[in-house]
Amino acid sequence: MSDDHGNDQPKHELSYYAKRIYAMRDLLVEKGVITEKDIQCQIEYQEARTPANGAKLVAKAWVDPAFKARFIADPKAACAEIGIDATALNEFVVLENTPKVRHMVVCTLCSCYPRPILGRPPDWYKSFNYRQRSVADPRGVMREFGLELADDIEVRVHDSTADIRYIVMPLRPAGTQGWREEDLAKLVTRDSMIGVMEALPGLPD
Amino acid sequence: MTPATGRFKTGDRVIVKFEDRPGHLRTPWYIRGKSGWIERVYGDFLNPELLAFGRDGLPKRTLYLVAFDYGEVFGKPQGPKDKVLVDIYDHWLEPLA
Repeated sequence: MSDDHGNDQPKHELSYYAKRIYAMRDLLVEKGVITEKDIQCQIEYQEARTPANGAKLVAKAWVDPAFKARFIADPKAACAEIGIDATALNEFVVLENTPKVRHMVVCTLCSCYPRPILGRPPDWYKSFNYRQRSVADPRGVMREFGLELADDIEVRVHDSTADIRYIVMPLRPAGTQGWREEDLAKLVTRDSMIGVMEALPGLPD
Repeated sequence: MTPATGRFKTGDRVIVKFEDRPGHLRTPWYIRGKSGWIERVYGDFLNPELLAFGRDGLPKRTLYLVAFDYGEVFGKPQGPKDKVLVDIYDHWLEPLA
C-alpha cells in the first residue's frame, strides 16, 4: 500500500457531501480526535470483509445439519466457531429459503446490511430504485436478476430498518451431492444471500 | 438485545401508528396506519430515536418482526402468499381487536 497519497483530495470536482466529509475528516485529525492512521486502518478493515464470509457459513450449513441448526439459533456463535469476526455486527438473523419460501432483504430507510459477513453493500442495494421497488414489486426485481418464481411460492421481503441484520440462506443447488464445502461456497453469491437470486447452479465439469 | 418486556406476543394483531415528527424514525412511511401481525418477538433495544441525538436511549423498546399482507400495504397482491416484514419498535404499535 502506497502512503504517498493517503489523504490527498481527488482532483475532480467534489460534490457538496464529499466536501463536507473531507472538511469533517480534516477537523477530526487536526483536533486529534482520530489520526490519519486510524482512518487508513478502518478503510482496510472495511475492505477486508467480503461475501466470502457469508458463503463459508452457508456452505458449511448445507453440508453439516448440526452446524446449520446452530447457525440459525445463534448466528454470532456460529461465526465465532469458524473464525469469522462478527462481534461488530448488530444482532443478525438467518432467513432459510425452502422450496416453498424465498426471502429477500432491503433497507428502505438507508442501507443497513450485515457487513461483517457480506462486506460492503453493492451500489444498487443503496439505490432509491431498489429500495422502493423491492418492497412494492419484489417479483419484478427478482425477474430482473433472472429469477422467475411460481405464484404459489411465498415471497417474504424483509425491510431491515432497525437493529436486526439479515442474511438469506439460499437453497442448495440440485446435483451437488457429495461436493466439498469449499466448492459449494463458490456457488453462494452475494446476491443469493441478499435474496434477489438463487445460488449458482451446480453444473457438471 | 435483552429479553423482551413489551406488550405483544407472536400472533397478536397490531396496527402501526400513523404519526410524523422530526427525528430519526425507524418506521417506514408505507406501513404507517397499516395493520399486520407479530411474526416474531426479538427483544429489547436502546431506542434509536434517542441514540441518534446523543442521548442514552432509555427506556429500552421491544423490537418485533411485524408481517403485512400485500393487499393491506399496497392495495394489490403480489403472489397470494407474499408478505412484507418490517422490524418495528413497541411504541409504534397499537393492539388491533
